Amino acid sequence: MAIKISLGPVLYYWSEEQLRTFYRQVATAPVDIVYLGETICSKRRSLSSEQWIEIGHELQAAGKEVVLSTLALLEAESELKQLRKICKQENFLVEANDLAAVNIRSKAATPFVVGHSINLYNQATLALLARAGMSRWVLPVELSRETLSALQQDRPEGIETEVFGWGRLPLAYAARCYTARHHGLPKDECELRCLDDPDGMVLKTKEGQPFLTLNGVQTQSAQHHNLIGAVDEMTTLGVDIVRISPQSHFTMEVVQLFDQVRREVMSGAAGKEATARYLPYGGVDGYWYGKAGIE
Amino acid sequence: MMELVCPAGNLPSLKAAVDQGADAVYIGFKDETNARNFAGLNFNSRNIERGIEYAHQRGTRVFAAINTFPQPNGWHRWTDAVDLAAESGIDAVILADLGLLEYAAQRWPEMNLHLSVQGSATNYESIDFLHRTFGISRAVIPRVLSAAQVRHLAEHSPIPLELFGFGSLCVMVEGRCLLSSYATGRSPNTYGACSPGSHVEWIERPDGGTETRLGGILVDRFEANEAAGYPTICKGRFEVEGKEGYAIEEPTSLNTLELLPEMMSMGIGAVKIEGRQRSPAYVAQVTQVWREAIDRCQRDPEGFQVEPRWNAALSKVAEGAQTTLGAYQRTWQ
Repeated sequence: MAIKISLGPVLYYWSEEQLRTFYRQVATAPVDIVYLGETICSKRRSLSSEQWIEIGHELQAAGKEVVLSTLALLEAESELKQLRKICKQENFLVEANDLAAVNIRSKAATPFVVGHSINLYNQATLALLARAGMSRWVLPVELSRETLSALQQDRPEGIETEVFGWGRLPLAYAARCYTARHHGLPKDECELRCLDDPDGMVLKTKEGQPFLTLNGVQTQSAQHHNLIGAVDEMTTLGVDIVRISPQSHFTMEVVQLFDQVRREVMSGAAGKEATARYLPYGGVDGYWYGKAGIE
Repeated sequence: MMELVCPAGNLPSLKAAVDQGADAVYIGFKDETNARNFAGLNFNSRNIERGIEYAHQRGTRVFAAINTFPQPNGWHRWTDAVDLAAESGIDAVILADLGLLEYAAQRWPEMNLHLSVQGSATNYESIDFLHRTFGISRAVIPRVLSAAQVRHLAEHSPIPLELFGFGSLCVMVEGRCLLSSYATGRSPNTYGACSPGSHVEWIERPDGGTETRLGGILVDRFEANEAAGYPTICKGRFEVEGKEGYAIEEPTSLNTLELLPEMMSMGIGAVKIEGRQRSPAYVAQVTQVWREAIDRCQRDPEGFQVEPRWNAALSKVAEGAQTTLGAYQRTWQ
């Protein structure tokens, strides 16, 4: 069976209208799995959890598998409360991006996806999380195909593997909001200024090299990670799902290209060439090959 | 009792910490199994026993940080490190990796397990998971919570917390920061060092200034009259939409002396001093000040005031000219 395509959660702050337009397009796009919900900042509330669930049902009706994703950095009690609410619902699978969600889901004996911000770096961790109720894991983005290959050999039965294959790389999380800092505002009075940056803000070196992307409390790469050329290799390694991280432009075009490559209508090399026009600061794939991520 | 936990990158630093009144010192081994994997630093199987002996004779406990994330091809180096620590009579191991926590809990059931700051525990649900799965007895908390959030966490945590009190400041959640590996292929998680020396360049400019690079990426450019800092990405100067400056964080140090009474009232189990990569003189100075401050605060928490001479002594050894309360102070965020 061909590798599945998933759409990761939207990592930026988009308005309700942007989100609804986006997910209407997703409903007819060749993606198999859609991750919904806010994973970066609890102040971003274009949609309530009820509205997310409603979109989830619509996508489900369109034949998609829907997973509710959760915050990666949980600090306040209000955030834990919201997390418990998401973890309790039984309509959709939940993606844990922190051990808090692992704890809640495993205590309730309900399955969960382990997202890329949870450090699953070796077989012992893979086995342990599988026993706790993990049904799928996403390879942490800094790990190589070599590490993935070793983990795949010892993967417990019934566990699916997903690889982050397209988008700006999630590199760090902090208490401090860099968007608010850029505008000279304290985080508590941030005026939700990240709503103006549907793909974050690019950070360049003093010699003008694009290097990182500031996205509220999250730091991403400026360059897009692009593994379209490695889809064949992923299939050989038994990877079940390749993840595309939504960007404000060209996400559907990229989905189409990944779909053509997985159906072998297009070669990986041709796919790589075709994606070049959707890469404002170029593509990188160093992590996959065990090198610096920016290579 | 709030414990003072001090860094020791080598035997002289360990002795300095013990002599100045640390309740515990923490060390690492000479490889990528710990998050301060720098040349010329750390312990091996011979001097760890001497260190532990020296500390134990003086009533000081010794912890071993084995707080990076093993991958399949290196797994045994990490389990060997846990075994070596246990066989040497260590008082606790400080771990971050789930697989390694499980190994230690099963192989050495009597051993104290502390969760490293690299374990990224910022809330009590995650601490609860680690406590009920591995029986950890303490958690070191990332430097991202406000004081009010720490208080709430301490109230709900099933185990005591250890907080950073002084030293270099990670602004990102530890254990989840890949900035270094994005530039170099090596991160604290995989290699045990942020901005590894092998990838650092200091380049003299014709005008007398200096450029610092990491993995070829320009982290900062200094004028001839500026002191050039080590190229840690989060402390570099960059340009964001036309504004140039410290987009992430200034090169400041954390100093929370003034929060001591508050930390004590929260029931914080231990305060940690950062700096295993620093000199024995740094360790001696910082330990001495913090010992005096903790003792004073324990005797009279209401009347506690930070002595100007304490801050003067600390700022002599701090990295960068400024100190900050970091995330503990909400406005910093």
